[in-house]
Amino acid sequence: MGPLVPDIIGSEFNLVIALLVGIGFGFALEQAGFSSTKKLVGLFYGYDFTVLKVFFTAGVTAMTGVLLFSHLGWLDLGLIYINPTFLWSALVGGGIMGAGFIIGGFCPGTSVCAAAVGKVDGMMFILGSILGIFAFTEGYPAFEQLYMAENWGALTAYDFLGISKELFGFYVAAVAIMAFFFTTLIENRINGRTTTFPKPVVRRNVIAGGLVFVLLALVAFTPSDKELIQKRIAEERRQQKCVFKEMPADKLAYELIHNYWEINLIDVRDTASYSAYHLPLAINIPLDSMMNREWKSYFTQTHKKNIFYADTDTTAKKACLLAKHLGKSDNYILRESTSEFRAMFFDLSVPEGHVTKQEQNIYRFRHEAAMQLTNLVKSLQHLNKPVKKEVRKIQGGCS
Amino acid sequence: MKQPKPYMNPYLAGFILGLVLLATIYITGRGLGASGAVKSVVVEGVKDIAPNHYANTAFYQEYRADHGDQPLRSWLVFEVLGVLIGAFLSGVLSDRISLRLEKGPRTSNTTRIVAAIAGGALFGFGSQLGRGCTSGSALSGMAVMSFGGILTMLAIFGSAYMLAYFFRKLWLK
Repeated sequence: MGPLVPDIIGSEFNLVIALLVGIGFGFALEQAGFSSTKKLVGLFYGYDFTVLKVFFTAGVTAMTGVLLFSHLGWLDLGLIYINPTFLWSALVGGGIMGAGFIIGGFCPGTSVCAAAVGKVDGMMFILGSILGIFAFTEGYPAFEQLYMAENWGALTAYDFLGISKELFGFYVAAVAIMAFFFTTLIENRINGRTTTFPKPVVRRNVIAGGLVFVLLALVAFTPSDKELIQKRIAEERRQQKCVFKEMPADKLAYELIHNYWEINLIDVRDTASYSAYHLPLAINIPLDSMMNREWKSYFTQTHKKNIFYADTDTTAKKACLLAKHLGKSDNYILRESTSEFRAMFFDLSVPEGHVTKQEQNIYRFRHEAAMQLTNLVKSLQHLNKPVKKEVRKIQGGCS
Repeated sequence: MKQPKPYMNPYLAGFILGLVLLATIYITGRGLGASGAVKSVVVEGVKDIAPNHYANTAFYQEYRADHGDQPLRSWLVFEVLGVLIGAFLSGVLSDRISLRLEKGPRTSNTTRIVAAIAGGALFGFGSQLGRGCTSGSALSGMAVMSFGGILTMLAIFGSAYMLAYFFRKLWLK
């Protein structure tokens, strides 16, 4: 599951990726004509809308791809870099950049392309941008307030508008296609050309534009892999076909004492309840975070049994079902709830009155098990902790 | 000299660019960029030329804490080196390599150079405030549907349109 950096591709090799990606970026920009300042500023005088066409096509392509990849479970949107929103600095910075664009005729990326094909004005623009950035880094204390004001965090546009991301994708694609159409009309008018609609071109554009909407519709109207899992679970529950392997508390205690390394005892309650009290050697994977990728390895292994428990039978069963659909691990539920387990082993009172032999044996076993478990927890406190997987935030943007 | 080949169909070029961007997001989890690389060059320059100033200025030390001790060893620097190579290759393939100054029909060479430097300075400065330029903030921001990125994009193009009239002598007949 993407992004592949840093877990699958290391940060060193990432620099090689950067070079390769840059080659593709530079090639596409230059082929589009972005190394020519006249073509770039044409956008602002209406005689050449190439920039808008390239920019929006690229944006819509990448955005549709991101939505599709996330839908298919290939890309974790929670991990990719979302440019943070700082309201005022975005507006003021954007305004200044616009002035730089119309005066200098480039933006930083295109000036690099221009310089690469020998345009002196591109090289001068780079020199200028060095000076401008130097002015910012040197004068930073003076701009810090503006730079940091109104921090809205990594806000997405669809959250801001309160709509689904698929709908937002629809809007952007629709706006882009309308913009393509009308700017072509304007462009032809200003250049004194008549607008024609040759059949092959129309057909090609309709197919390309249609494809975007088809993909977006697929994302919007077909269930994602997580929804599919939930659906299968719901179906199974409805038909009452679920079979759970149950483990009684005494058996669990025995297994823990003798084979603790073959068991993942998993507390699926929320973190607060877990910190308040949990069974010996249990780890905490709250039910609603079970699908997160940091826990994947627990549900795709076959070396250890997973034993789920919670305060209620239903929660533990839900977790067990989910685990079954997430991977191929050997899953059990604890027959008793958290408090029952606690009462059985740790709040034990000596049986009084007429006590059968069996009751005495049970008492003795549980009493000893409690002591052994306590010792085990103590001796394993540094060993049995789950490896804390740090989900590293990805650095991005231009900072 | 051979006649330069025509530019690619803008939609095709945009599609290729979009695929490059998508691949970048899929592989690295981040978008493309450009101004950040220039910033790395600036920081490296300050570090080499005025090491004392570098060590005593909060901004550079914060940058160092975030980006490590070697400013040039950054993702964006490598990416921009790639851009240079890719654009050069494209220029070679399309016979567009030549050392020249491109300018509006009524603009003198000096004016063009001064305007390019001034525009670059403004763009460089603005990109720092806006946390990225057209590539890093606007394009990549749009791909991941970031509100800030789209806002910056609107600000860049809106401001350029508003100012276009005043600078028309730089570009138009």
